[in-house]
Amino acid sequence: MALNKTVNRICSLCSKSPIGLLNNVAKRNSHFVYTPDANLPIQGKTEKLNMFQAINNALDITLRTDKTAMVFGEDVGFGGVFRCTVGLRDKYGKERVFNTPLSEQGIAGFAIGVANMGSTAIAEMQFADYIFPAFDQIVNEAAKMRYRSGGQFDCGKLTIRSPAMAVGHGALYHSQSPESYFAHTPGLKVVIPRSAIKAKGLLLSCIRDPNPCIFFEPKILYRAAVEQVPVEDYELPLGKADVLTDGKDVTLIGWGTQVHVLLEVAKLAKERFDVSCEVIDLVSILPWDTETVYKSARKTRRVIVSHEAPQTCGFGAELCSSIQEECFLHLEAPVTRVTGFDTPFPHIFEPFYLPNKWRCLDAIEKIMNY
Amino acid sequence: MSTSLYRRCFGLVFDGIFRKNSGRKAYLFSTEAKGSPLFPGARTRWTEELKFTGKENYEPIPVYRVMDRQGRVIQDSHNPNLSDDIILGMYEKMLYISVMDKILYESQRQGRISFYMTNSGEEATQIGSAAALNISDVVYGQYREVGVLIWRGFTIQHIADQCYGNSDDLGLGKQMPVHYGSKQLNFVTISSPLATQIPQAAGAAYALKGTNRVVICYFGDGAASEGDAHAAFNFAATLDCPVIFFCRNNGYAISTPTDEQYKGDGIAARGPAYGINALRVDGNDVFAVYNATKMAKTYCLTENKPVIIEAMTYRLGHHSTSDDSTAYRPIEEIKAWTSDSPILKLQTYLKERDLWNDVKEEETLERTRKEVLKAFYAAEAKLKPKWTEMFGGVYADTPAHLKKQMDDMRAHMEKYKEHYPLDKFTQA
Repeated sequence: MALNKTVNRICSLCSKSPIGLLNNVAKRNSHFVYTPDANLPIQGKTEKLNMFQAINNALDITLRTDKTAMVFGEDVGFGGVFRCTVGLRDKYGKERVFNTPLSEQGIAGFAIGVANMGSTAIAEMQFADYIFPAFDQIVNEAAKMRYRSGGQFDCGKLTIRSPAMAVGHGALYHSQSPESYFAHTPGLKVVIPRSAIKAKGLLLSCIRDPNPCIFFEPKILYRAAVEQVPVEDYELPLGKADVLTDGKDVTLIGWGTQVHVLLEVAKLAKERFDVSCEVIDLVSILPWDTETVYKSARKTRRVIVSHEAPQTCGFGAELCSSIQEECFLHLEAPVTRVTGFDTPFPHIFEPFYLPNKWRCLDAIEKIMNY
Repeated sequence: MSTSLYRRCFGLVFDGIFRKNSGRKAYLFSTEAKGSPLFPGARTRWTEELKFTGKENYEPIPVYRVMDRQGRVIQDSHNPNLSDDIILGMYEKMLYISVMDKILYESQRQGRISFYMTNSGEEATQIGSAAALNISDVVYGQYREVGVLIWRGFTIQHIADQCYGNSDDLGLGKQMPVHYGSKQLNFVTISSPLATQIPQAAGAAYALKGTNRVVICYFGDGAASEGDAHAAFNFAATLDCPVIFFCRNNGYAISTPTDEQYKGDGIAARGPAYGINALRVDGNDVFAVYNATKMAKTYCLTENKPVIIEAMTYRLGHHSTSDDSTAYRPIEEIKAWTSDSPILKLQTYLKERDLWNDVKEEETLERTRKEVLKAFYAAEAKLKPKWTEMFGGVYADTPAHLKKQMDDMRAHMEKYKEHYPLDKFTQA
């Protein structure tokens, strides 16, 4: 694939640059170890891709197979600041892959209009931290269009992609995890992949789902998430959680980057306390897979939910409350949250802010001794 | 907003690559040509004079009109020469709106519907622009554009059903009165948040490029202050969208007069700043509005570019049934504009050409009143949709958690049904 060669060449050029770039995170000491996806969703040929290449591949497939599809946002024309759209403008033309003016509310509103007319709109918000100017368009418009018109109009063909979550040094406005703001909005779907394989399949599902979807891409995984990704077109189900390791003592639930933290924590808990952890990647924030979560909670009787976003009203609160309501008689300990703190996301203090493996391990010890 | 250091850094890196790969070309770049600066951000000349650019430097944009205040065509070459049938159709529809408005306004006062917004004084902006377009052209509106729907064939029954939120309402009773929409008539459902439809209209126009259709988007002078209006104008200009931005400048946003809304030359003057051609028209002159919209549509289709039309008018009625406008504007002002209304102007034009008279006027008013009341009583008598419809249409399919909430509600209703107004609703 010539495209990937170009991408790799560009990436190697970027990483040689003396300037510390946000997307040059693979070189840094990060707070997690990446666990590649072992299970392939489909048989057939694979190629080694990282997450941004897998996303690029999903967009490529979409543009090739759906003539109405267009990809737009700030700086997507030259390939995007995280390289997710590299080569697409050359391949499909600037009518279908184009830069917009620098206005998130404009991007969202424009995208809704494109989708209203039945065309596939794939809009990019450069960072999830900058999605808030579009909050009104997403929450008051996109989410409610089908409902308020009695099904006459909708913008189901809309997908908003946005890099999210911690990156090591992103500080207040390049690190946020705003999923819970949107989880409170009926009419939206919110999805977060943990790997390159998942990113491709889930993004294709979001794009083809007949509802407006928000797809948050953990930016620290753009380069760190490398695995053998199927070359073919495939979709992965929305609203479905993945049980990654079976366990009997405690259920650990996370999404995005945090899944990799939890997988490592599960190993540590086994080694240190001989505790058997069941690790679940929630995958879909809205709607979320209640069945898989409750089943696991009833089995292990202890649940820890972990996310990077602040604790108060984070999505963990919704999980805790629902698990408490549905699994009350099975629980041996209070459902626990290990999350970011109720502060803005700090720059220099990031190592202390993140719900890292040590804080998660601490929580396991506490829940086991409750 | 997202001007991150990071973004600039990235640019630098790429710049570096670019220079490396095309190093030989680099020296061809210059910062000046023929004594003019070559800043990438503007094409202009140097000056050594230090002087502000402001409103004093240019004339306000004039208001285009076809008829004078007495309804006489000033220059025959500008008469759109519509057939008598079409002009009579325009007049009758404008009359229709005013009769309907009166009845529905009164019905809200009597507590029969929860809310209403009239269109008084703005009938010509609605009918004149609607008549210049085809039904295949897509409309995005704000809330004071019912005439566009009526011109396209939306019936009084549709309107009454929507205001009552009964089971025949196309919107299934989910929104407040006046939030109309019709897929069949290419009129996108109205929503309350102001100006959100403006960038949507630009996106819709982009998607429709090459299909020989345009999009028209209506909004008020107040809504034009929203960030979404700025985003939309800029997007439409930079992305070459065939969209007509139609501003109804009626002097007020609820109680806020335009001199508290903006300090520039209205909305039309903003057009050129975005690189958009603008027109300012007499919104009380149905022919002027028609001509402007017709020209805008032709230009949109041939150039694939947007147009801003600012129709100058006056909001004769209260902002809505929740507003008493005499609290913030003099009654004399309202009276003055009432005698200069778009309906009277067109009526004079028709009477002078013997196409209309007082007898016809009375007959039409009477017939319309009966028709509106009939539809209105019919709408009032209809049952509301099933209560379970509350859960419908949130998503394309009903997800499990919503099914569960609906089942929980069903069980609760079984137990407490006497406390709910079930007799007014279709049985679930």
